[in-house]
Amino acid sequence: MPNFFTENKDLLYHFERLGLEEVVNFIEDNFSQSKKFDYAPVNYEDAKENYRRVLEVIGDIAGNYIYPRAAQIDNEGATFKDGKVHYAKGTKEALDMLSKAELMGMILPREYGGLNFPTTIYMIAVEMISRAEASLMNIFGLQDIGRTIAQFGDADQKEAFLPGFCTGKYTGAMALTEPDAGSDLQAVKLHAYQDEKGNWFLRGVKRFITNGNGEVLLVLARTEPGSKDARGLSMFVCYGDETVVVRRIEHKLGIHGSPTCELQFNDTPAQLIGERRFGLLKYVLYLMNRARVGIGAQSLGITQEAYEQALQYAKAREQFGKPIYNLPVVSNILINMRVTLEANRSLFYAASVWLDKKEMLESHIDKLKAEKKPYSEFNEKFKEANKVVTLLTPLTKYLLSESVNRICYDSLQIHGGTGYMHEFGIERLSRDARITNIYEGTSQMQIVAAAGSVINNVLAEYFDEWEKRSYKGSLNKLLEKIIEIRALFNDALKYVKDKKDTYFQDVAAKDLVDLYGFIYISFLLLNESNEDQRKVFIARRYIVDSLAKAREKYESIKNELYADILHADTILI
Amino acid sequence: MGINSIVMVKQVPDTANISGQVMKEDGTVNRAKLPAILNHEDKTALELALRIKDQYGGKVTIITMGPPRASDVLRECLFMGADEAYLISDRKFAGADTLATSYVLSETIKKIGSYDFIFAGRQAIDGDTAQVGPQTAEKLNIPQITYTEEILEVGKSSVKVRRKIDGGYEILESKLPVLLTVIKDAAFPRPFKAKRIMAYKNAKTLLELEKLTEGNSLLYVDQLKEEYIARGLYIKTLTMDDLKLDETRCGIHGSPTKVYKVESVVLAGGNHEKINPTQEELSRLIVKLMEDHILG
Repeated sequence: MPNFFTENKDLLYHFERLGLEEVVNFIEDNFSQSKKFDYAPVNYEDAKENYRRVLEVIGDIAGNYIYPRAAQIDNEGATFKDGKVHYAKGTKEALDMLSKAELMGMILPREYGGLNFPTTIYMIAVEMISRAEASLMNIFGLQDIGRTIAQFGDADQKEAFLPGFCTGKYTGAMALTEPDAGSDLQAVKLHAYQDEKGNWFLRGVKRFITNGNGEVLLVLARTEPGSKDARGLSMFVCYGDETVVVRRIEHKLGIHGSPTCELQFNDTPAQLIGERRFGLLKYVLYLMNRARVGIGAQSLGITQEAYEQALQYAKAREQFGKPIYNLPVVSNILINMRVTLEANRSLFYAASVWLDKKEMLESHIDKLKAEKKPYSEFNEKFKEANKVVTLLTPLTKYLLSESVNRICYDSLQIHGGTGYMHEFGIERLSRDARITNIYEGTSQMQIVAAAGSVINNVLAEYFDEWEKRSYKGSLNKLLEKIIEIRALFNDALKYVKDKKDTYFQDVAAKDLVDLYGFIYISFLLLNESNEDQRKVFIARRYIVDSLAKAREKYESIKNELYADILHADTILI
Repeated sequence: MGINSIVMVKQVPDTANISGQVMKEDGTVNRAKLPAILNHEDKTALELALRIKDQYGGKVTIITMGPPRASDVLRECLFMGADEAYLISDRKFAGADTLATSYVLSETIKKIGSYDFIFAGRQAIDGDTAQVGPQTAEKLNIPQITYTEEILEVGKSSVKVRRKIDGGYEILESKLPVLLTVIKDAAFPRPFKAKRIMAYKNAKTLLELEKLTEGNSLLYVDQLKEEYIARGLYIKTLTMDDLKLDETRCGIHGSPTKVYKVESVVLAGGNHEKINPTQEELSRLIVKLMEDHILG
């Protein structure tokens, strides 16, 4: 009977050291909510105890209730019959269980029935749910739809939609993508128009909509006729009523439990969220950034499970008279997987806590503005947090989603021929993982999003500070290696900048972002090692490996590996 | 009005999670090392009570007789949705068999008062007697239906129940109040509810409040109890005196069951003998089986 929280030592390690005090103080209004709600915490320790206990229940449901249903959900998948989408049996049961446990409104305000948890705690839940059944995350993880309404909707909209999300009566979808607007959302065409009374209606088609059969949809639509770019787009909320026709669902490689719908809006009554023309620029950005962190959690959950399966199999499988676990080539792969898993988790929870801080500061400033109080002190902090989040969100999404594919590949390799068979879990995990570096913005889009911050070296001050810290004994050797990676990065960056060749820069951006990721994660692990003896092993392998890879990337840039891009037409016959 | 239920629960050792340290060398159980859980079938019984409450309203009250740490399972019942919980605890209850236990529980139920249903698990996984439920019903002089598989119909003053029997089931109707014992297949218990976990995590019994005041001269139990009652976090705690029980019917004194000996029985195959398929050999086998009283 595995509990995905209490039996995951590394997850517990991160839970214990999350620096969320300031965030929790703010979202709990300095704990004044405890006067209104008997389940609100009275101080930070109490809040943490609440989180721990609730995460224990989620860990239990994930490990003991959802996980045993994963194969069934994959085999049955979501289906489409008589114009209606049906979840797989296991998906329905899992959602029912999570609703009964009051876990569908984790990040929504208490007055609407939510738990008012920080995003980071919710992300721990998303990680565990994804580990149990990756495609369930695509429904459980859509709590961000409710969150977006809570953030930008008016009082009536909150009253109308949020309680349903909290009880699990409503699931949501974000309807952004269209046949001709994927990575380029500025090209969205779906038409929104008003009748003479000012009521809004939606007309048009959306494609690849995860859980498009949901009861409440957030829809990006064009409100300004004749406009061509993002400034003509607005955000709407509507019910998935009879005017929203599901035309088909996709047959996918993986995440079979999650229905991916083509939707046709036939004059669907809708309500505008927030201000006109800010649909993409403000609200989708908010939603997308949160969703990207969510995909990071999904990647992490699958990574954990792929590692567990490899470890378990390697210990059980005997060849040459002993478990293959004892073969150095196998244990070496396992160590690589474990180090990647822990490195990724360090990055992920650092990124998630920064997101919490950023949103907290943003709300705090809004509140002070409304009360006509000075807020400049918080404005500086906000700018700082925003700067870090702008980098860490795409960086995390990119690195973790690429990495989970590699981890599944290695795990399947350890299983040998057995792993290639459908009956073994790793086959499913490999298929499920494949979407993570495609949806919510491909890796290539994440690199573009992160590249600006990397080129501006936005974390330089943090790196400088961490370089100056004193570390225990042998860790100084590791610090020297990080300093070396930094030097390689700085040199490569200068080379790319000086070249003033945008083609070259676009391609080299991947290497630069990778290098930056090495430095940041190396420092996180080094700091962890300073407090925790076991982490020294993780840090050592990660940093030594990163230095080797950094040299390779450095060489690629300095040797003009990408100079042939200009000759693509000649090469690509 | 609603329909009121009382659910009798027991904290039991988690026999499904036995690790190396739990078994002592002499083959007895080291209870201190064994995790304690809410008996599974009691949890199912609570689920049935909560479903009745969901549908008809009313109140679900939990009672357990046990040591101070049995409060853990009472909190779990509160997390699932129970309205109120009682811990019946007294050193004088130690060593109780099913007769003494059902005496204490039935007297507690009389004190709690009006109810339509009493639920209990079929049996606890530690004792496996399946007697406490039936004996409690006898002492309360109310009808009982054991091995409940499904509640088919709840009427104003009656209930229709399907109970499991060997090789099938039977459908019985009873007037209320009634005591039902419940098997595991009857329902899948609901999970702990997040908000209730947070709200009731600090619910405490009188014994736990007494522990809080130990070594702290600024705290007074009575005051603390008032405070916990006001916050809805007090788990009612009753002793033998509170219930005005007959001491000779409680605990070891009230328990005619005496354990003669505990043995660790290892079932294993012994020597075997080969029988050839001839007339003589088969006759020899039959004689041997008759001698061993296996045949005849």
